[in-house]
Amino acid sequence: MTTLDQTTEEVLRLAAEHFKVPRAELNPADDFFTKLGINSLQALDLLTRLEQHFRIELPDYELQGVSDFRTLAKRIQSRL
Amino acid sequence: MLDLHHYHCLGEALRAALDRWPEQTCLIEADRERENARLTYRQFRQAALPVVNALQGAGLRNGSRAAIIMTNQSKWLISAYAIFFSGGVLIPLDYKLSPHDQLALLAHAKAEVLIVEYHLWRAITQSPQFPTFAARTVLVTEAPATADLAGAQRWEECRDASEPTFVPRKRHDPACIVYSSGTTGRPKGCVLTHENYLEQCMALTSLYPFWPGVRYLSILPTNHAIDFMVGFIGPFVCGATVIHLRTLRPEYIRDAFVRYQITYVTVVPAILKALEQNLRKRFSDLSATQQKMLQALIRLNRALTRGCPHVGISRTLLKQVHASFGGALRALFVGGAFTEPSTLQFFYDLGIPVANAYGCTEAGTAITVNDLRPFRADTVGKPLPGSEIKIIDAGEDGIGQVAVRSKTVMSHYLDDPELTAETLVDGWLMTGDLGRVDRTGHLQLFGRVKNMVVTEEGKNVYPEEIEAAFEGLPVKETCVFAANYVWQERNMAGDELVLVIHPEPGSPIQHDLVRQISSRNRQLLNYKRVGGYLLWEQDFPRTASLKILRAVLAEQIREKLGRERVAPL
Repeated sequence: MTTLDQTTEEVLRLAAEHFKVPRAELNPADDFFTKLGINSLQALDLLTRLEQHFRIELPDYELQGVSDFRTLAKRIQSRL
Repeated sequence: MLDLHHYHCLGEALRAALDRWPEQTCLIEADRERENARLTYRQFRQAALPVVNALQGAGLRNGSRAAIIMTNQSKWLISAYAIFFSGGVLIPLDYKLSPHDQLALLAHAKAEVLIVEYHLWRAITQSPQFPTFAARTVLVTEAPATADLAGAQRWEECRDASEPTFVPRKRHDPACIVYSSGTTGRPKGCVLTHENYLEQCMALTSLYPFWPGVRYLSILPTNHAIDFMVGFIGPFVCGATVIHLRTLRPEYIRDAFVRYQITYVTVVPAILKALEQNLRKRFSDLSATQQKMLQALIRLNRALTRGCPHVGISRTLLKQVHASFGGALRALFVGGAFTEPSTLQFFYDLGIPVANAYGCTEAGTAITVNDLRPFRADTVGKPLPGSEIKIIDAGEDGIGQVAVRSKTVMSHYLDDPELTAETLVDGWLMTGDLGRVDRTGHLQLFGRVKNMVVTEEGKNVYPEEIEAAFEGLPVKETCVFAANYVWQERNMAGDELVLVIHPEPGSPIQHDLVRQISSRNRQLLNYKRVGGYLLWEQDFPRTASLKILRAVLAEQIREKLGRERVAPL
């Protein structure tokens, strides 16, 4: 059973890899729009990468109102 | 297409379309690789009957207001048709707004009925403001079997398929109330009549016709004025097919082009840019020889399409590029916000015409559109047939406020005669945008007279809407501006919001305050966030009732400080 902390760590690792930033620069409470300098379309792109990794389906609306890695990880965790 | 001169209201025209092309496919709903629904015009009509009966049974009658809050999907259009069939006034609300804003707009519009997707309804019922909710009938789509619906009915359980009574409306009756901003402070509910829509539809289809066999890819939310017209009313009254995609992810958008051989699509600049970046990346992955060949073909295509598009020639010359868009694409429409001319030129050079349009909700949908004869990347095109534009208080450079007169212009703002009087003057709509008309009749835009920003995703944000997020900071006073309103650089690019801070005398800005500002900023929806802050050491000018005199403050700031003084957040 994956814990929320493990899911969060995976989300941070994949986001760092996807947007080519050092993993150490990202923290669970970071706002990914600001920290990664991305718009909502690019955030959706990350969602696809996360779906593939966790083998789940995340509708676009799951990103609505979410802007930090920790909350994103929680949305994923609830579907694992 | 139907001759819309003969119809009095949208319900009547849509009903005629459903009878005219019974065997044509009218709607396909796709989600990633899956197809959720495929309906002919006859099946669409059948699917709408139970919803019409449910609405009429719940008391929806001539002039009753019914709201829809849904993502892009087939039930949106079926519900809208059911509302129009019953003589109702449709309130299309943005599903991306917060439940708090949605409840405020539902209350402002006095909606009697709400049709909503389950996950959005769940968020609304969990809002602290839910006790203010007053609509007497709620239909919820796609709710899980065990879900608590807080008194709502299931859309899918409407089963009465008997023939209901059609309720006609007159041309000047309201068809929709469309909110042009999500503000809870002063909602701008544009009351658009049936005539506004019928006239707009005739004007747009005279330039970009639809016909049975045309496949329109709908990826913008249907509540958006553009998609409502170009992805619903326009294709339907012409017997065309609308393809809904329930995701905005660029990779699925690209797949849909190919799978459904799309003819037209409307995008906002952010999506167009994502498509451009993908193509540029693919081009850069080619070998040096292939790149040289591609550039030569692009140059040849540019020369052959200088006067007007020739899609047949372009598809032959740049076969692989066109194949990646399905091979049947005739034009991309782009609007809702400023698009970089270089992006428009990039697509046109590949033989994919981009019809750059300009409009606002108050004017129905579009005011001008590029007719591609010839293509111009530096303008937003000429006025649509039936629309006139004039430039008010033009300077020596010919630039002034754009005003529009057209049968497509809204009737008024709901319950706001003061704002209506400021915006509709002697039959002209004051757009608040700065423009110039060139010798060939094309409109060029240069910025805004009004204090607002439009994001690349086509969202209007009024600074007043978000000031509440910064209330209570340990400073003397704060105010939010659109940067292009303060520093009028005659430029449509670089729209961003700036927080102006007047610190308490003798209290310099500390790191902790900046941290608080950032934290408050993050709580806003991402497109509503301020891009930076500016320190201002004087009292804000205010009226006797202590309202900030924004125009005066903006002028004072402009005179004393440059835009480079804005500290990024």
